[in-house]
Amino acid sequence: MRNAFIEELVTLARQHPQIALIVGDLGYSVIEPFADEFPDRFINAGVAEQNMTGLAAGMASEGYHVFTYSIANFPTFRCAEQIRNDVAYHKLPVTVVSVGGGLAYGALGYSHHAVQDYALMRTLPNMLIAAPGDPMEVRACMRYLVEHPGPSYLRLGKAGEPNFHDAPPEIAPGRWLRIRDGKEKFVLLSTGACLQIAMEWSMTTEHANRAVYSVPLWSMADKAAQAENLRAREHVITIEDHLHDGGFGSWLLEAKALYQEHDCIVHSVALTPEVCGTVGSQSTLNKLGGL
Amino acid sequence: MNILNIDSSDLARRMRAQALQMVHRAKASHIGSALSICDIVAVLYAKTLKLDPRDPTAPGRDRFILSKGHACVAVYAALAETGFFPREDLLNYGQDHSVLMNHISHKVAGVEFSTGSLGHGLPFGTGKSLAAKRLKQDWRTVVLLSDGELGEGSNWEAMMFAAHHELDNLVAIVDYNKLQSLTTVDKTLRVEPLADKARAFGWAVREVDGHDHAALQSLLSQVPWETGKPSFLIAHTTKGKGVGFMENSVEWHYKSPSADQLALALGELNHA
Repeated sequence: MRNAFIEELVTLARQHPQIALIVGDLGYSVIEPFADEFPDRFINAGVAEQNMTGLAAGMASEGYHVFTYSIANFPTFRCAEQIRNDVAYHKLPVTVVSVGGGLAYGALGYSHHAVQDYALMRTLPNMLIAAPGDPMEVRACMRYLVEHPGPSYLRLGKAGEPNFHDAPPEIAPGRWLRIRDGKEKFVLLSTGACLQIAMEWSMTTEHANRAVYSVPLWSMADKAAQAENLRAREHVITIEDHLHDGGFGSWLLEAKALYQEHDCIVHSVALTPEVCGTVGSQSTLNKLGGL
Repeated sequence: MNILNIDSSDLARRMRAQALQMVHRAKASHIGSALSICDIVAVLYAKTLKLDPRDPTAPGRDRFILSKGHACVAVYAALAETGFFPREDLLNYGQDHSVLMNHISHKVAGVEFSTGSLGHGLPFGTGKSLAAKRLKQDWRTVVLLSDGELGEGSNWEAMMFAAHHELDNLVAIVDYNKLQSLTTVDKTLRVEPLADKARAFGWAVREVDGHDHAALQSLLSQVPWETGKPSFLIAHTTKGKGVGFMENSVEWHYKSPSADQLALALGELNHA
């Protein structure tokens, strides 16, 4: 996903002179193609995420679309108030990019586990979450975000994720994207890089014949529209590499409760707090957490 | 070029009167903080900022950011008194559904950026300055901060960045009234030696009496003081300046003047 991100960003930056990239002293062997080709639109803000984000908002207020880039919780929680006040409240075109969403940095420990980021971002009015399920969805998300500039959060996995699309799909906020055909009333619904887990589950006896959908773009503003998606279904299992609290499944359950769609059962599968503080590979931690 | 070029002392007096009335009407706080910056803001709007009240978003304007957003009545008053919006609009300050909220709001004509949480103005202003450099624009960004606000680490991140990138189109003014929320800055979280700190961070530093209009105008019209360095102006001020019973008093960070106190304060301004 990292490579798709930087390739797409370079391509978009050739067409859009307002695109700038600010990194928080991270991105070695990833961000160089952009830095080399667009030195006047690349900044390393150093290890200073509050300034990085305030700086991005200031540049965005002068016409730039700024991508801030760092890993795990550094571009999100460390500067949460700058995202809330400076970016989201002012509706500025800043895309906060976090690499290593979920437990991708498994053995690096709790400081590097991004398992509460959806909870932060989905409580911010004007903020759009982009959580692509594969590298093609990364490209689709970036094209969408550049065409619809505003406050956004792009959550990437790490590297080596398989593609489930042949080309960047057509996407829109809140829209479910069919990945695997199956019974439409029984759905596996994932967001972010754990689309891979949803696809693996769909091969098991327990979940065979379920349709698999990815939701790469979602936000507070798209919750009401979920009633329509739920209306046609009987049983939806949401899957995410994020804690239950404040996550994607919670978002859909809130939509169900708020908009009175009681006929469809929504079962949320998300990480349990046991993963917090446990050392292990991504797959070990995901299993421990219930995925 | 400031197209107004009006009497800054007269503007400051009118701003103080408006600020007092606004805070009284809305039963709001922070009048001491607002009175502290009236002279600085008056000199900026009357003399040194490149601005046009008829065109608040003119691309070539200087950008002014009030990082100590709680002192907003001073800026709202300056904007109204210089024609950015009608004076009558000040009556809405703090009222239901008003855009004139009690921390400075970008929804008000002439205001670039909403603040209220401290430590946000300088990083944001640094981003504007960097954009101006990269876009080869000659406008400046001026950020007005409080002294207590310097406890926020984000300011020092921005100071490192601005110096590293030689943003000599950026001006930070510290309203150094030496009082913060509960007691003095010195007793809370010492900022001294402030000038040495700013210099060590790579900024050009000057100190000034923050109520001396001629000295403020002289310094602010000569920025950058050193090519390649951002400018850091330490403005020594008195919290509550202009109203004797409010000066140097922590309680006027919070209290709202009664009708009698308002009359007393306005009387003092009229006889100053």
